[in-house]
Formats: sequence, C-alpha cells, structure tokens
Amino acid sequence: MTYVEYKQLTPFQKFAYNFKKFFTNIPSAFGRFFSACGRGIVKFFTGIGKGFANYGSTFVKGDWATKLSYLIFGVGDIHKGKTYKGILFFLTEVLYFCYMIFFGWHWFKDFFTLGTRETYTVYDDMGFPSQVPGDNSMLILLYSTLTLVITAIVFVIYIQNIKDAYRHQVMRANGEKPTTLKEDALEFLDGKYHITLLSFPVLMISVFNILPLIFMILIAFTNYSKQHYVLFDWVGLQNFGDLFDVINNSKKATTFIGVAGWTLIWAVVATFSNYILGMIVALMINKKGIKLKSLWRTLFVITIAVPQFVSLLLMNQMLQENGAVNILLSYFNGGVNPGIRFLGDDVWVARITVMIVNCWVGIPYTILSMSGILMNIPEDLYESARIDGASPVKTFTAITLPYMIFVTTPQLITQFVGNINNFNVIFLLSGGGPTTKEYFGAGKTDILVTWLYNLSMGNEQDYGLASAIGILVFIICATLSLIVYNNSKSMKDEEAFS
Amino acid sequence: MIQSYKLRRTVANILIYAILIVMCLIWISPFVYLVLHSLRADGGNVTYNHLIPREYTLDNYIALFNVKGAASINFPRWFLNTLGVAACSCVISTISQLAVAYTLSRLRFGARKKLMNVGMILGMFPGFMTMIAMYYLLDAMHLTRTLIALVICYSCGAGLGFQISKGFFDTIPRALDEAATIDGANKNQIFWKIILPMSKPIVVYTVLTTFIGPWCDFILAKIIMGDVRDNYTVAIGLQIMTTPEFMQGYFKQFLAGSVCVAVPITILFLRMQKFYVEGVTAGGVKG
Repeated sequence: MTYVEYKQLTPFQKFAYNFKKFFTNIPSAFGRFFSACGRGIVKFFTGIGKGFANYGSTFVKGDWATKLSYLIFGVGDIHKGKTYKGILFFLTEVLYFCYMIFFGWHWFKDFFTLGTRETYTVYDDMGFPSQVPGDNSMLILLYSTLTLVITAIVFVIYIQNIKDAYRHQVMRANGEKPTTLKEDALEFLDGKYHITLLSFPVLMISVFNILPLIFMILIAFTNYSKQHYVLFDWVGLQNFGDLFDVINNSKKATTFIGVAGWTLIWAVVATFSNYILGMIVALMINKKGIKLKSLWRTLFVITIAVPQFVSLLLMNQMLQENGAVNILLSYFNGGVNPGIRFLGDDVWVARITVMIVNCWVGIPYTILSMSGILMNIPEDLYESARIDGASPVKTFTAITLPYMIFVTTPQLITQFVGNINNFNVIFLLSGGGPTTKEYFGAGKTDILVTWLYNLSMGNEQDYGLASAIGILVFIICATLSLIVYNNSKSMKDEEAFS
Repeated sequence: MIQSYKLRRTVANILIYAILIVMCLIWISPFVYLVLHSLRADGGNVTYNHLIPREYTLDNYIALFNVKGAASINFPRWFLNTLGVAACSCVISTISQLAVAYTLSRLRFGARKKLMNVGMILGMFPGFMTMIAMYYLLDAMHLTRTLIALVICYSCGAGLGFQISKGFFDTIPRALDEAATIDGANKNQIFWKIILPMSKPIVVYTVLTTFIGPWCDFILAKIIMGDVRDNYTVAIGLQIMTTPEFMQGYFKQFLAGSVCVAVPITILFLRMQKFYVEGVTAGGVKG
C-alpha cells in the first residue's frame, strides 16, 4: 500500500490496517531477530580482528617507550611526561601480578579439573586423628571466576595503556603537551562525567550481579549437587541432556516436562485472566457517568500496596481447613464447616485456587495501567462511529477492544514473562504442593522458578540442574522480550508515517 | 425514546455500581479480616469459628512489642533491623539508580547503547539463579549473617532499575542543558544545580521504592541470615510466625505484626501511586 492510498483510508480502515500489520509482522520479527543475532556475532568477530590488527600496527609504528609499554604498563606515558597516569598503569600491573602470584593462580590452576584431592584423615605419632583438607571445587570455581573477571578488566586497562602511549607519542610528534592532573580531574566533571557517575553502580553490579551470574552459568556445566558437595567435575551438557532425556523416561525429564507444561498453562491463564478481567473492571470504572472514579481505583490499589508476603501468607491461612473461607462457606452450609482443603492433595483444586488468588493479586495492576490507556483513545474514532450510527456494543467491539489489544500487546508479553517468573504467588500460597513422588524435588503446582529455588535450597539439592533451568528460563524470557522490543520499534516507525 | 435510553443507562450504571461494590468487598475483605482479627480478644489462637470477632483488645499489639529477655520472637528488634537496612540501602540505591538513569538519559558517549542492552539482558535472568553464588561470595567476605550483607544485597542491583527514572529525565528539554553550557556550567553543575532540583518527584519516587524493598523481601534475607534470629528482618520474622512451630502461640501476633508493617507501607505506596501510574502507562505505550 502506498502512502497516498494509506492517507485516503478512513480512521477505521487505517486502524484495521495497522492492527493486521502488527500481527502479520510477528513471523518476520522472528526472522529479523535471528538475522540481527547473526549480524551481531559477525560484527563481534570482525571487531576482534580489527583489534588484533591495531595491536600489531601500533607496535610497528611505536617508538621504544611505546614498544616497552607492551610489556611494562605505563612506560610510554611516563616517558612522554604524563607521569601520574603512567604510575597508575604501572601500579595496576604490579597489583595484578601480586594478586595472581599470591592468590589467583593458586585457585585458577585447578580450574580445568575443579580439584582432585579428597579430604582425608591422618594419625600422628600419638595416634590422634587430624584432617588434611583436600580441594573444594566450589571455592576453586568461585575464585577462578573472580580471577577471570579481574584478568578481563586488567586486559582492558592493558589495551588502554598501549593506546594512551601511542596517543602521547603522536601528540609529542605534533609538538603538543600532555594534559596535567588538574585538567584531567576537571575533565571528569565535564566531558567524562559519565565515567564519574557510572563507576560506582557499575562496580557494584559487576561484583554482585555479573560475577555471581558467570559463576552460576559455569555451574550449569558441572555436577554440583548434594551427592557431589565438596568435589565436583565438569560434565558438559549433561544437565541439559537430563532435562530433555524423555526417551529413557528419567525422573528429571518427567519433572521438567510436567513442570514446564504447568508453567506454560499457568502463564497463559494467569496473563489472560488478569488481562481480560482487569480490562472489564477498568472499563466499568472509567465509564461515563460512574462517580467516585479515584475512590474505586484506590480501593483496588490497596492490594498492590500491601506487601505481597503479608497478603499471600494471610490468604494461605484463610484457605486452610479451619480458615476464614471455609467458615464463610459454613454460613451457607447450615453452620457446618465444609472443610474444603483448597491447597490440599487434589492437584487441580490446588492449581485452580492458585490461579484464582493470582487474579486477586494481579487484576489491580491491570486496572492501573489500563485506566491510563483508556483515557488516551482518540475521541474522533468514537465520534465517526456515532455518526455512522454504531451501537454501544458495536463501538466497544470495533474500537475500544481492538485499540486496547493493539496498544497493550507489548505489555501483555511483558506480563507473560513476569508470570513465568511469578515466584511469590506459588511459593507463599501453595509452596509447590501437593507433593508427589513422580517429580524430582518439585510439587504439582511448582513452576520453573520455584523448582529452581527448591533445587537450590530444598531437600533435593542439585545446583547444576538448577542453573541449567535458570538458563532455559532466561532463553525463553529473552527471546520473547527481544521480539516485543523489535516489534514495538517497527510499530513506532509505522505511526511516524501515518 | 429518549426516556427509555436514559432508563437503560441508569439501569446499566446501577448494575455497574453493584458489581463494583461486590468486587471491592472481595478485594478489601481480607485486609478488614486482618485488622479485625489482630484486635481479637476471645477464642484460640488459630481456630475461631466466626468471621467477625466478638471481643476486642489491644493485647496482641502490646504482647508483640513487649519482649522480655531473650525471646525467640523479638519483633521490636526486627523492626529496627529492617528500618536500619532500609535506610542504608535506600541511600545507596537512590544514588546509584539516579546516577545511572541520568547518565543513560542525558549524557552521550560511545558505549551508551551497549550498556543499556547489557542492563536489559542482566534483568532477564531469574533472580534466584544467583542466590547461591551471592551467598558464597558474601561468605568469602565474612559478611553472611550480618545486616551489612543485606544492605549490599538490596542495593547492588539498584543501578539496573533505571528505566522509570530514565523516562522522567528524557522528558526534560535539552535546551536547558545547552543554555547552561553556554553560560559556562560544566556537566557536574548541570546535574546538581539544574536537573536534580527539577526532578523532585522522581527522586521522591526512587527513595520510596528503594525504601520499601527490604520490608517486602524475605527469601534472600532468610538465606543470608540462616538461624541468627537477632538479625532477622520483619519479613522473615512474620514468615516464621506462620510455621507450625510458632503458629499455635503467635498467630494473633502475626496478624498484629502484619498490620504494623502493612499500614505504613500502604500509606507510602498510595502517596506515590501517581508516579506509578505514569511510569506504567509510559512503559505500556512505548513497549
């Protein structure tokens, strides 16, 4: 369709066109996503190639001080008169080698075997036993990861040191003088202000987010579990293989298929029930002629405001055999407590209870976000519908509903991802129960993330498997999110041309 | 014709009011139940056969805060622990979150897009995956079972939650920065003297959200604290009160404690609801 044709459409047709286009775009969005991944990988490797080329050519072009900087950090800078920076570079190298000699290498040398010596007992001359400590694979892996991260940082500083040395060489050749310490300090408040602001948060995130994450990703390729608590080994893709080993009907594979299936049902039902019911309530609150709009909204928002662990622990108590819900039901049952065990042994009763309570938790969030969007629907759409004589029902199904779905589709997928990760509701409400012997460390209402938690903290500790599940959950969430991200970008372009 | 239309509308509105009232009752009744039963005087701790208590008292609250000797349930102490942790982590988180948001929103440098993508990818890993590693890391620093560990845990990832405040900074016109630059201000001065005073709402929002966090989490806190009851936060404390070991003796105190935690947080949350609506809808429209 050309631009002129598009412009001649009525608002209805324009809308229908955009709407259709959004959904027909989804397959191509998948395609674009993978091709973008491919291009990213290619770009990464050409970048590395270019880096090597620069590395070599700088060495050829550099003078003796620059060449020496390839071995000893900061020589080039000191030689060109940038003393303080050169000394800092040099100190980095000294500290790094101290770290490696006194700490890092001791742990890193075992990185590929993860330790082989077991702890054993020896008896001294008097016959007293004493323990000779063996290797601890977990510590080896943790400190090796730390060493790897530090090495990566030092490598970046090393490259910076070479670049800086060469830059100063060129500056001297052009007759310029290096900047002083004071000028550099002021530069950190102006041109390089982003470094000043980001240094602290990035440090925190690298140490407490990225380092543990690398560690756990590595754990996924080991057999770290209750059986191999002190000494464990690399096992390659065994953990992933266990999860998909359906042919041999192994317990782990059965659990994975069962839990993943329930996670999918849970995420779909939870997302759509919240979405549809929340939308209906939001429409009711925002209907013309309904008074006290902000009061209604506030009453629902209180559910969000109360901490989830309070409301869910309370719900858990209320759903017990002698809890408030059963007492309420007894009023309709002639004063006899029906004693329904909502979170008991019946799998589907427990599952449906969890889903209903999740509606109670989730609908207010939908109401909050929908209210804002409902007010933004362009008034002229309604006006032209009224002139054409459309009934209120028709207006709703032809304008309000498609518009809402169109605007909130990205949000719907974000919520879907959120529900895959919805730990609190399951954990606090049912705790994963009813338990079953068929599953490996999981109950019938456990979803992937609560299973992950059980495998790390529960009775059946299998850290390797837990990390493998974490990686799978990440892959699912990342793919979904990236597709949404790509799609909404194309959606924005679309609107730009209308 | 007109009259019947009006009549239809009135009937529809009454119906909607009825539905809304019923739904609000369903949504609010658990909290009414919570408050009423935290004031209950009669009946056993857990078993009670009426929805609405017959006799009321403040004893549950008094018992909760009146701790004698080395009791296993020490709510005042937990409350102070949580307050301290929340205050410290609030300061650190707010600084790092606003710094990241401001940098990514208003400063232009080479790695900006890449950093944003890395931030997005890090946020997609399930949070529980790193729990064990985090525990051993803190253990290696000899920090487990201390409150400092909790402060670190709650504030380390704050820089990744920059989206909402970044959205706010994005809306401030760039002409302001340019005018200030022409007048000779450097970027540091622009941040402190121009942008920050204009951004009071988002500062308040960030302070409140980061302050509330430690009150609501108990999973991470429980792993780090293990069985050192003196260093528990209110969330773990209330959770162990519902375990079979304590349930019989402490259920009413659990309800009272829940009220003590929920009321201040609810008030804080309702105050910042306005920002929340804006944040959510902005995210919804942009995707």
